[in-house]
Amino acid sequence: MVNVSICVGSSCHLKGSYEVIEAFRNEVKKRGLEGKVELKAAFCLGQCGHDGVAVKIEDEIIPGLRAENVATLFDEKVMPLL
Amino acid sequence: MNKFDTQVQELKYRVLKEVAISYMKGTLQEDIPDIPKKIVPGPKPTMRCCIYKERAIASERVKLAIGGHEDNPNILEVIEAACDQCPIGGMTVTDACRGCLAHRCASACRLNCISFGPDLRARIDKTRCVNCGLCMKACPFGAILNHKRPCEAACKCNAIKMREDGITSIIEEKCTRCGACSYMCPFGAIMDKSYILKCIDILKEAEKGESTAYMIVAPSVSSQFHYAKLGQVIKGIELLGFQNVIEAALGADMVAYEEAKELEEKGILTSSCCPAFVRYIKTAFPELSDKISHNLSPMAMIARYVKKTDPKAKIVFCGPCIAKKMEMFDEKSRPYVDCVITFEELQALIDAKDIDLKSLEERPLDNASFFGRIFARSGGLTEAVKEALTEQGSSFEAKPIICSGLEQCKTALMQLKRGNPSFNFIEGMACTGGCIGGPCCLTHEVRDAASVDKYGHESKEKTIEGAISAVMAMEKDAH
Repeated sequence: MVNVSICVGSSCHLKGSYEVIEAFRNEVKKRGLEGKVELKAAFCLGQCGHDGVAVKIEDEIIPGLRAENVATLFDEKVMPLL
Repeated sequence: MNKFDTQVQELKYRVLKEVAISYMKGTLQEDIPDIPKKIVPGPKPTMRCCIYKERAIASERVKLAIGGHEDNPNILEVIEAACDQCPIGGMTVTDACRGCLAHRCASACRLNCISFGPDLRARIDKTRCVNCGLCMKACPFGAILNHKRPCEAACKCNAIKMREDGITSIIEEKCTRCGACSYMCPFGAIMDKSYILKCIDILKEAEKGESTAYMIVAPSVSSQFHYAKLGQVIKGIELLGFQNVIEAALGADMVAYEEAKELEEKGILTSSCCPAFVRYIKTAFPELSDKISHNLSPMAMIARYVKKTDPKAKIVFCGPCIAKKMEMFDEKSRPYVDCVITFEELQALIDAKDIDLKSLEERPLDNASFFGRIFARSGGLTEAVKEALTEQGSSFEAKPIICSGLEQCKTALMQLKRGNPSFNFIEGMACTGGCIGGPCCLTHEVRDAASVDKYGHESKEKTIEGAISAVMAMEKDAH
């Protein structure tokens, strides 16, 4: 199981947490990874200064994410962990 | 600009601040005997007959600031030395008495305690008067008034009684912990226990990395700190050591969404957000307890969610409310909420750390929708439940009754008890005006309700589903 936490703190919420969450959910569904990738919310990963949403994949924090970049990030960071 | 409504609030704040400074430094035990002297430097008394009485009362306030008396189950305690034993008791003939011929007052009195003096005016024999009020109603001049103690007049659940020695006491079983008495007592003789030490402990633990401290702020925060911007207050809270500040209003969005479903399912319901209202039903109308919504309060709802996202989370709630301190010990909320403080106490913590809010950069606070945010004022919860029904595509017609203050709650609950009520949903708030009228608000102003609405309109999410969609999406996946 790969744990992915998406920041829903105020700052990220304003920059589109929900869209990023939806993009992650789509990727999980599209790739049939239900039960293998767990999506969770997190309140503030301390990356408020970046232009975009912060996510944490296992122990790595990735700041400044936008919904359109989720698929690429998924390939680079999530797939190798499966 | 004044931070507080009254000098009583300011005095309490000064004690809290001194206690916080000492505890943060780790010298509280040694400092305790000196704090009253700091509060009352002398040599001349400014509040009471002498500085020694002033200091004695200050030392009682210190006791409450560090958690109060454990053997007293109430959150509210009477500071006996501070109670002025206000002599204004009951029916009083005022100067408006004209010394008339009709003597309706005397005829109305069943106990014959009214006589007439040489000036022809009415006199009440206080040794026999039971304050029934019949004389007051009978006088065509309105010359007889019922003078009550401010604490007694403020308490709408009849939980205040005078001891034989004249000191006020609180009837534990009847008290809802709404705190109206403590806010209204002009001598500050009723004070709430404080858990700021616990809050500081949580911050110390977080500093060591043993846990993560989160503060959940009540939506009434928007009407509180008039001298600084809300974003600066949020930054100030972060500087205290909280990793993140989260709106209780997001919990309110979740509650409204669930409460709408519950209302449709049960057909009749009372709200459960206000812990004083819930306790009022359980103590004064126990037969109606099954009508109380089973939802957690917004505070506990969002706290539960935060704990799910972070098992290391320690949660401090900050609001205008004394009853929330009671709710913290309730078995439903206890697993989620670690500490409850008030806006007064938050101000004390911020000043104890010498944080100047006005000089800070602003930080965003945006988790909830307009509807979650307006829970802070009377009528907001009802609007939110109606909105949730609409968003859920329900055709159920909510017929709400909005009760602002315990007196209105009582009227509605009596109607519900009799049967065939004209409503199917009671929004019950123990404080007049809703949470913005809470006893530990820094300000109680007419503009507060407008501030809440303005803050509501500033939120990014315009619908309840918008605000809770992120939460709901992942919850659904998990099941």
